[in-house]
Amino acid sequence: MTALQQGLQSCDTCGLLSRPVPGADEGRCPRCDEELVFRKPASLQRTLAYLIAAAVCYVPANVLPVMTTITASGRESDTILQGVVLLWSPTGWPLSLIVLFASIMIPSAKIVALLYLLITVRRGSIENNRQRIRLYRIVEIIGRWSMVDVFVDTFTVALIQLQPLMSVEPAPGLFFFAAVVVLTMLAVESFDPRLIWDSASSKEIQPEVQYA
Amino acid sequence: MPEKDQSLPKVPESRVVPKKRTRLSLVWIIPIVAAVAGVWVAVTKIMSEGPKITITFQSAEGLEAGKTKVQYNGLHVGTVTAVRLADDHHHVIATAQMDPKTEAFLVKDTKFWVVRPRMNGLNISGLSTLISGNYIGVELGQSKESEHSFIALDNPPMVAGDTPGRFFMLKTPELGSIGEGAPIYFRRLPAGQVVSYELDQGGQFLNVKVFVQAPYDQYVNPNTRFWQASGVDMSLSATGLRVQTESLMSILAGGIAFETPAAGPLLPPAEPNTVFTLFNDRAGAFRPPARDPYTFLLVFKQSSVRGLAPGAPVEIGGVAIGEVTDVSPQFDAKTLEFSAPVTVSVDPQRYGIKFLNVPGDEDATLRHRRVMDILVAHGLRAHLKTGNLLTGSLYVAVDLFPDAPPVSLDWSQNPVELPTMPGKTEEIEKSVADLLKNLNQTLTNTDKLLGNANKLVEPNSVLDTELDNLLKEGGGAARSLRLLADYLERHPEALIRGKTGEAK
Repeated sequence: MTALQQGLQSCDTCGLLSRPVPGADEGRCPRCDEELVFRKPASLQRTLAYLIAAAVCYVPANVLPVMTTITASGRESDTILQGVVLLWSPTGWPLSLIVLFASIMIPSAKIVALLYLLITVRRGSIENNRQRIRLYRIVEIIGRWSMVDVFVDTFTVALIQLQPLMSVEPAPGLFFFAAVVVLTMLAVESFDPRLIWDSASSKEIQPEVQYA
Repeated sequence: MPEKDQSLPKVPESRVVPKKRTRLSLVWIIPIVAAVAGVWVAVTKIMSEGPKITITFQSAEGLEAGKTKVQYNGLHVGTVTAVRLADDHHHVIATAQMDPKTEAFLVKDTKFWVVRPRMNGLNISGLSTLISGNYIGVELGQSKESEHSFIALDNPPMVAGDTPGRFFMLKTPELGSIGEGAPIYFRRLPAGQVVSYELDQGGQFLNVKVFVQAPYDQYVNPNTRFWQASGVDMSLSATGLRVQTESLMSILAGGIAFETPAAGPLLPPAEPNTVFTLFNDRAGAFRPPARDPYTFLLVFKQSSVRGLAPGAPVEIGGVAIGEVTDVSPQFDAKTLEFSAPVTVSVDPQRYGIKFLNVPGDEDATLRHRRVMDILVAHGLRAHLKTGNLLTGSLYVAVDLFPDAPPVSLDWSQNPVELPTMPGKTEEIEKSVADLLKNLNQTLTNTDKLLGNANKLVEPNSVLDTELDNLLKEGGGAARSLRLLADYLERHPEALIRGKTGEAK
C-alpha cells in the first residue's frame, strides 16, 4: 500500500504527507512550499534519455585523451586507460585501482544499474525489490565520486603551468567524461525510486512492503 | 485500511496551483546533443588521421611506439605507432601514423632517418634530441609516385635535398684525412661539404662526392682545381720550408679547398656531377700540367748524387723548368765504372714558349732539337747545386758555360743524354769549412768578451765602486729635492720672495 493508492502525496523535502486538492494533480507542500507530485514527472523517459546521452558520451570519454602534457620532450596525450596503465607499478597500484574504479568502472556500472532498474520498473517486475532499492541507493551515493577524475584533472591543469618547462592542458576527452558523470547523476536524480514499489503494491501486497 | 482512513481528516489539503501542461520531455534533446557531439568528434578524429606508412630501420634504437615523432623541418607530421621486428629478424619495421595532408610527401624518393646526437668531424648535430628524445627526420622526395613503405637511411643526408648548389665528383688516389661532412673551402669561406666517398670499382681511385652550395657553386668551372686542405701541409724541399694551412677547422677535421686559376679563358660554370681531380696540395693543383715533356739523361761522373731525390727541380737561372724523375745507379761493364744517371723531365714551354710558337711548318720536335743543338753548342750544361745547406738537398741547374768543351747531342738515344759539368760541392764544402773556422774564431772572441764583462761587474771592481758612489749621490739629490718640496709646500711664497729667515 502506498500513499499514491490512498490519494496522498508526500513531500520530497520535508516528508510531510498531504492530500492534493481534488481535481488538481500537483500542488505545493503546505509546510515547505515544495512542489508536490505523486511521482516524478516523466521519470522513466527522462532517466532513459539521460542514460542514453551518458552512454553516448562514455565512448569518447574513454577513447579520447583527457589530458595533454607538454614538456620539453614534446606533447603527450593520455586517455584515462593509459593513465591507469601508467600508474600501475609496484608502488602505485592502489592509485591505479582508484582511478580504474572511479573513472571507468563506476560510470559504466551506474549506466548498467540504472538501465536494469528502468527495464524492471517498466516491465512491472515485483521481484528483488529490496535489492533494487539498495542498488539505487548505492548508485546515488557513489556516483558523485566519479567526479574525482575531473577534479584532479582541472587541478593539475591549473597548477602545472611551468611555461617553458612543462604545462598541462585539458583534452577533449575530459569534457565528455565530465558529461558522463553529470548525466548519470541527472539520470539518478530523475529516477523515482518509488516506482519500484508501485508495480509491487498494485499486485498482491508483500509483507515487507508494509514496513517500507 | 480502516484505521488510517480515520486519521485522514487531520491531513491538510494541498494548495491548488494552476496546472501546467505536461511537457513532452525536452530532456531528449540531451542524448541527441550528446550523439551529435560524439559523431562530430569521431568524424574529426577520422578526418585527422592521415596515411599509415611503414619505415624499415636497421635497428630500433631510439624508436618508441607512441612516442617517437616524425618531423619535417621541425614540424610534427606523424607519430610512430608500432615498432616490430621484420620477418628476416635483421631489420625493424616501424609503423607511423602520418598527419592528414601529408599524402603529397609520401613519394618514392622521400627519405627517412633517425635524428639523434651525432658528431661528424667537428659538426655536432641533433643536440636538441638530448632533451626532446629522438625523432624521425624526413626529406621530401621529388618523385610523383606515391609510396607507403620506406627504407630509412642509416645517416641523415648531409645536404638537404632542396639546398641550392651542385654536386661534383672528385677523383683521388687516397682519401687523406677528409671524411663525410668535411668542409669545402673557397677562398677560406666554408662553401660546402663532402657528402660521401666510395672506392672506384677497380680499387685504384676513390670517388669523393662533394656538395658546393650556392652561391659558391657558380665559381666552379671545368678549369677549377680542387685540393686537399687537410691539416698542416709542411714541405721541406730545396726551396726551403713551406707551411700551408687552410683553417683551424680543417687542421682538425680535414677539408677540401677549390679555386679557379685566374688566368685562362672565362668558362661557364661546370655541369653538376663533373669529375675533377683532387690534388694533394695547392701547389700540385696549380702546377701547370707538363705538356709533352722532354726527357733527358744526365750522367754525373765525378760527383755524388746524394741529396738528389726525384721531384728535385731543374732550374735555368733559378726558374724551374722541370723535375728529376728518376735517379738509379748504373754499372758500366766495359769501363768498370759506376755512374748514377739522373733522368729529368723538362717542359719545353717553360723555357721555349717563344720558339715553340714561331710560325712555320717545321715539326715542333725537330725545332726543339735544333734549338737544343744550338744551346749545347753555346755551352749549355747541367750541373748539380746544393739547394739547401741544412738538408743537403741538391737540384739540377742548367747554365751556359761558354768555355765548356764542345759536345754534340746524340738524338738517336732515348732519352737523350745532356752534357754535364762537375758539381760545385767541393767549393761548398770548402766554404762550409771556412764558415766553421770563422764560427770557432767568433766563439773564442765571445768568450773573451764575456770574461771582460765579468770583470767589470765583480765586487770591488772599478765599475762596482763607481756605481755605488753614483747611487749614494743620487740618494742625496733625492733627499734635497724632498726637503725643497716640503719647504715650498709650507711657504709657497718663497718662490717669489725667496727664503726668509723666519723659515728656520
